[in-house]
Amino acid sequence: KSPLQTIGEEQTQNPYTELLVLKAHHDIVRYLTGEKLLEFSGHTQKITAIITLPCLETCEEKNQLILTASADRTEWDCDTGRQVQKVSCFQSTVKCLAVLQRLDVWLSGGNDLCVWNRKLDLLCKTSHLFDTGISALIEIPKNCVVAAVGKELIIFRLVAPTEGSLGWDILEVKRLLDHQDNILSLLNVNDVSFVSGSHVGELIVWDTLGWTVQACERNFWDPSPQLDAQREIKLCQKPNDVSIRHLTWDEENVFVAVGRGLYVYNLQMKRVIACQKTAHDSSVLHVVRLPNRQVISCSEDGSVRIWELREKQQLSVEPVPTGFFNMWGFGRVNKQASHPVKKQQENATSCSLELIGDLIGHSSSVEMFLYFEDHGLVTCSADHLIILWKNGERESGLRSLKLFQKLEENGDLYLSV
Amino acid sequence: MISAPDVVAFTKEDEYEEEPYNEPALPEEYSVPLFPFASQGANPWSKLSGAKFSRDFILISEFSEQVGPQPLLTIPNDTKVFGTFDLNYFSLRIMSVDYQASFVGHPPGSAYPKLNFVEDSKVVLGDSKEGAFAYVHHLTLYDLEARGFVRPFCMAYISADQHKIMQQFQELSAEFSKASECLKTGNRKAFAGELEKKLKDLDYTRTVLHTETEIQKKANDKGFYSSQAIEKANELASVEKSIIEHQDLLRQIRSYPHRKLRGSNLCPRESEHTQDPPSQAAATSDLEESADTDHYACRPSYTPKLIKAKSTKCFDKKLKTLEELCDTEYFTQTLAQLRHVEHMFRGDLCYLLTSQIDRALLKQQHITSFLFEDLVEVGDRPAEKQESTVSKPHHYGPPSESPEDCLIPQVLISVGSYKSSVESVLIKMEQDLGDEASREAAVTESSSFDPQENLDYLEMDMKGSVSSGESIEVLGTEKPTSVLSKSESQSSLTVPLSPQVVRSKAVSHRTISGDSIEVLSTCPSEALIPDDFKASYPSAINEEESYGEGGQGAILFQAGISPPELGEAEEGNSGLASLQTDASCCIGREAGALLVPLSTPGHTVSDEDGVVSVPPQRYRQKDQGFRVDFSVENASPSRDNSCEGFPAYELDPSHLLTSRDGSKTSLDDHSDATSYGSSIASTSSDRTPSSVPPAGPSSERHKKRAGQNALKFIRQYPFAHPAIYSLLSGRTLVVLGEEEAMVRKLVTALSIFVPGYGRHGKPVKHWLSSPLHITDFQKWKLIGLQRVASPASASALHALSRYSRYTSILDLDRKTLRCPLYRGTLVPRLADHRTHIRRGSTYFLHVQSMLAQLSAKAFLYTFCHHLHLPAHGSEAPELASSRQASFLQLTLGLVHEDVKVVRYLAELLRLHYTQELRGTSQPALRFDYVPSFLYKI
Repeated sequence: KSPLQTIGEEQTQNPYTELLVLKAHHDIVRYLTGEKLLEFSGHTQKITAIITLPCLETCEEKNQLILTASADRTEWDCDTGRQVQKVSCFQSTVKCLAVLQRLDVWLSGGNDLCVWNRKLDLLCKTSHLFDTGISALIEIPKNCVVAAVGKELIIFRLVAPTEGSLGWDILEVKRLLDHQDNILSLLNVNDVSFVSGSHVGELIVWDTLGWTVQACERNFWDPSPQLDAQREIKLCQKPNDVSIRHLTWDEENVFVAVGRGLYVYNLQMKRVIACQKTAHDSSVLHVVRLPNRQVISCSEDGSVRIWELREKQQLSVEPVPTGFFNMWGFGRVNKQASHPVKKQQENATSCSLELIGDLIGHSSSVEMFLYFEDHGLVTCSADHLIILWKNGERESGLRSLKLFQKLEENGDLYLSV
Repeated sequence: MISAPDVVAFTKEDEYEEEPYNEPALPEEYSVPLFPFASQGANPWSKLSGAKFSRDFILISEFSEQVGPQPLLTIPNDTKVFGTFDLNYFSLRIMSVDYQASFVGHPPGSAYPKLNFVEDSKVVLGDSKEGAFAYVHHLTLYDLEARGFVRPFCMAYISADQHKIMQQFQELSAEFSKASECLKTGNRKAFAGELEKKLKDLDYTRTVLHTETEIQKKANDKGFYSSQAIEKANELASVEKSIIEHQDLLRQIRSYPHRKLRGSNLCPRESEHTQDPPSQAAATSDLEESADTDHYACRPSYTPKLIKAKSTKCFDKKLKTLEELCDTEYFTQTLAQLRHVEHMFRGDLCYLLTSQIDRALLKQQHITSFLFEDLVEVGDRPAEKQESTVSKPHHYGPPSESPEDCLIPQVLISVGSYKSSVESVLIKMEQDLGDEASREAAVTESSSFDPQENLDYLEMDMKGSVSSGESIEVLGTEKPTSVLSKSESQSSLTVPLSPQVVRSKAVSHRTISGDSIEVLSTCPSEALIPDDFKASYPSAINEEESYGEGGQGAILFQAGISPPELGEAEEGNSGLASLQTDASCCIGREAGALLVPLSTPGHTVSDEDGVVSVPPQRYRQKDQGFRVDFSVENASPSRDNSCEGFPAYELDPSHLLTSRDGSKTSLDDHSDATSYGSSIASTSSDRTPSSVPPAGPSSERHKKRAGQNALKFIRQYPFAHPAIYSLLSGRTLVVLGEEEAMVRKLVTALSIFVPGYGRHGKPVKHWLSSPLHITDFQKWKLIGLQRVASPASASALHALSRYSRYTSILDLDRKTLRCPLYRGTLVPRLADHRTHIRRGSTYFLHVQSMLAQLSAKAFLYTFCHHLHLPAHGSEAPELASSRQASFLQLTLGLVHEDVKVVRYLAELLRLHYTQELRGTSQPALRFDYVPSFLYKI
């Protein structure tokens, strides 16, 4: 078991020097909506106002409509800041939502899959009921959606009404049975592929058109299979450690939250290029890739960590000396360090994830976060709080500008010539 | 002048100190004789030692038509206060100057009894034999059973310090006017009620008489009336006349509110001004309104009774007491107001004046004052004293013209000359108000008075008021300000005297007047003034503030001259000096150039000696009035003296005052019901300086104790500097300890270093026993945390270590501090463990002044636009930040971590300024990723 990498109080590269705690929730805040919300409301704080439903919510925004789904009594709210409409004709918990913009419909996944239009009319639904329910839902080309149901990925095709047909219909097209355990995450990577991750740490890259496996990575818990067996067993005893909770991607890489670790999987090379086996004290729940080669992860341990993906200088170097990470470790005595990743063959990891900062504020698991280019980071947590992390220097400058604006409004500003 | 006995008594003060400073005893031969009054606990500076009473008090007297002048009650109502002082004698004196006797009774020629709505008169008089000087406020209450329906009363503020009375005349006048208004309103209400009852009685009597007459008529039909019947008819007629008279009286008393209303139209802000004390004045006006509507309402509970038609003005009858004359509610309020007045003016004059200057200066700092100043003082106290005291001498005017010279708020305080008795006796008997010539003559002759003292006209109505055989020296009288057309300006700048001046004059004074009443100032009644100009507080100084369209934002303090007359006043009335105060401050201009302009007051005194601008000197008996222009320089911190050379005051202002009261602590506690819940029974703690309202969180005692404990902390802990730095830079300091009292004490002490967020007090949590949360750090900057030896504390400590990057932790039990490094120079000046300051209150003031300087720096930094705005559109942001850095370092002289302090304060200023209207929200938690160190003793 590799030790947790820590960083001290001196974090020169950490830009977040200001935080604002928003306290409005009375329960776990689990989801935050996407970036589009910013366009319509212009304010990150609006998010909190919207996501105040208890338990499970999924927010989705389209033309100033926000759908929130709640687990308690399968209710639907349609909000634009205030509740617009409420649908409560479900037999089961709605677990996920998806919007097909081209068809101007949206789907809800629970024990069955339903198709709705903007007016909240039920267009059609699948006849079969899944006991486990749909845990994830994504759109793929050709009017298809992929639903993760237990270990299976089911592909449905949506049939839009044409002159001939009567109305909407949804058809099951194919079932993909390659996963060995429950699929926890599903992600569209690009036009040609999507990725799914399962509870036992399998990552499968699929072709969106042919629905075939492009690549598969099953041994995240140990990128070097030839490592001593003891460790492998130990890890396998804790399957929770390897479940893939979240995926994110950029042009070339998929960033995978595997258990407590963080992995970077290169789509072209079809292998892991960098990893941080114990990125957090407990499960990593959400990963986001920032434009500046930074990766931010949050975890059940209540912390948010900022990583930087760095090219390794020498690929052929031996495992990094033990002391390397000690410079980050503050007062960790029994640091049996040695990055385990480094032990594997050199070509496996050509990059490294360096911890450049951590954000500590939440007192419970950080469920999710959003990154806004201009506004910093918004994290939500099981401790009922939402915290805005901002760049203090930048905010200070903005406040200063605001001050002079106000001075000018009051007619008190006198610029020297 | 500090003489030898003073020194002795001063050192004697040490016994009140919490930490006595033990100096080696002086050799016998060097020791000076003890101050003769020391045994009585008197302070050598206190002029009270000659007086027969121990401290100032308020006396209410009545000129009873039965027994003559008599004292009714004193505030505080404690015989120890006035001691052997002869209240009866003094009542006689103060009532004897009541000139209003002439207005009492029926004016000749009027058919019905007429009520005179006489305005109060305000007189200053002194009795040097008794060592007493008094501000005397005469007022008239209505009583149906009294002669002429009036009962003359007076309220007097009696002090041994003549200068206090003179200097605080306006304030006293304003405060007493409030009390008087309250009393009179209640009286009118009661009087109206009384009239109604009387009318009912009369009505009833008439009915009865009428019936009786009818019966008699019927009884004898002989065609002629019996003498009995004639008598009855006469009686009936007299009752009917009486009814008409009383109805007329009722009409008159009813008409008063309308008159009042007319008056208050002139001063629309009156009601605003009188919000405090304890909201009573506001309540007064409310009550007044309701009273107006309801005190004519029927009182069904009253059963009319038969009365004799002949009015019974007999001496055998007991007159109503003051309490009976006034509606109970109003009476209670009046007493509360008077108690408040007593509190307000308690203490040494120089202390009062200093605190008034203090408040005046504080008003100029409304942008920064929320950081460290006591908001109770900033916010509430001026409101309560607005009418009376310093008002707002300064305003941020738009600096449209002359942008080069950045005008700094500047206070010009002119010290009025005092001139005693003989030479300037002037008694003017004329009442001709319109006579400009006589007015000017009066002005000329009274020119030895400082205009600030508001004595511009000598008008005295002497009719029948002075009957005592002793000489009366009228030094000056004051005509009510017929010019008070704008009541916005009813506040006044007080005229502070430097303590030396006060002292020296006081010393010289007593030799002059032997046995005399010195009427120093009076103002005639309202009856003399054209109706339109009847302002409610006729003696208030007329101070005009002109927000310069001309750009200067200057405020002209002009005694007795109305604003339109201003120009001619300066030309014509040369006897009046105008005091001009420049008070414009430009924000956003090159604020770095803070300079205190030299005072160039445009005073003109018609005295042949002209203007003498000299520092305080000994009193000269010659009659040239000398003026002292005393400008408070650097009152607002300027760049020039940035933090350097701060004098360590050894003499705290409360000392002068409190030493006097020191030995009478029991009395203090007794009289102030609201006094601080003295949990600690140290003698020194009871020396509460006066002018601060009791029981506020910001009381002097509170400050003193906080200062004392802070001083102790600084001496005791070598790591006090980084701890204070943490507080100043907005890093939450957690004081961890087992013992609640200790933690609370230290938190209270350290809270003086915590910058406030806004109007809601300082972000300090004195005691917390639950685990810390991230929101706590956003909310509070100083937290007292309980350390418990239980599993619960484990989580608390865990949270503490988890959030250690946001906090500095001061462990009281282990005497350790964990916090970032501090290398600046600011805190060592602020908290020097080798400081010679020994008193808590002195240290508190020292800290306040240092922090005021600091906030001035933050103000400069925040509002210098060239530092923050790009010089031109394409400028890189790095350039601006380098400008900021160099400004902080070079211009403001800040090194290392001091920069962070100013940056943090600037952040608070920005937030406060931009959110001022919306109400202040909590600022975001700002922090740095810097390593912490562990400090140990």
